[in-house]
Amino acid sequence: MAEALAFYTLSVLILGLAVAVITTPNTVHSVVFLVLNFLCVAVLYVFLQAEFLAVIQVLVYAGGIVVLYLFVVMLVNLGRSPEEHQDPRRLGLIGLGLSGAVLLELAGIIAYSYAREQSPPIVAAQASPVQGNIEELGWLLYTDYLIPFEVASVLLLVAMVGAIVLARRES
Amino acid sequence: MMEITPAHYTILSAALFSVGLIGVLVRRNIIIIFMAIELMLNAVNINLVAYANEVGNLVGQVFVVFVIAVAAAEAAVGLGIILALFRNKETVNIDEMNVMRS
Repeated sequence: MAEALAFYTLSVLILGLAVAVITTPNTVHSVVFLVLNFLCVAVLYVFLQAEFLAVIQVLVYAGGIVVLYLFVVMLVNLGRSPEEHQDPRRLGLIGLGLSGAVLLELAGIIAYSYAREQSPPIVAAQASPVQGNIEELGWLLYTDYLIPFEVASVLLLVAMVGAIVLARRES
Repeated sequence: MMEITPAHYTILSAALFSVGLIGVLVRRNIIIIFMAIELMLNAVNINLVAYANEVGNLVGQVFVVFVIAVAAAEAAVGLGIILALFRNKETVNIDEMNVMRS
């Protein structure tokens, strides 16, 4: 009962804030709604027993990425709203219709897969030698997923160098 | 209704993904479009975490860690490109960003 109440409250908050992000005319307000959205998703992760991801969500998304967005929003401050110039060839209503079609399609897939006979639940492949969410996640990252982990670190390095090169002022 | 199953999380995730998709397709401000892409990535993460919890192993959570790393890289490079474009064309409207060289 309490879990259901928490889930529905969080769902309404997450969806409402997401709609606010894409409908607010002011970009700074949009960024603030995005932070609140990420915090609600972090709370959802705690309910799903993913404490490490909840912390990472707050630190990396709400703390890092959103601050980056805020800096860019302030750097590209415009006198006029970007929505003023309208390309007459642009068909926003078709985009809206296509998004609705994708939503219907996803709902159909979910309904179909739950109407089918349920497959037996998959059991964990092997018992982890360590206990606790963070320990188990670290164990997986440094054993089975070591190479993807290293590739991700190289990707982050490349992205950092690329961002500095792109944003540097040419003299 | 009262018991929360992975289907509930899947539906929430699908709705959040669609909201992000509407943002990408309908808005013109490129920064808002980037934020809508982050919303879509978050929708995928919710799904992965919900099913990792359901089947009782943490591989889904490992994938979420990688998704977050790629999202951080994407945000850094994407915002760098936005800054470079803004310096050239003084706009964040994607309808006006239609030349590769200026």
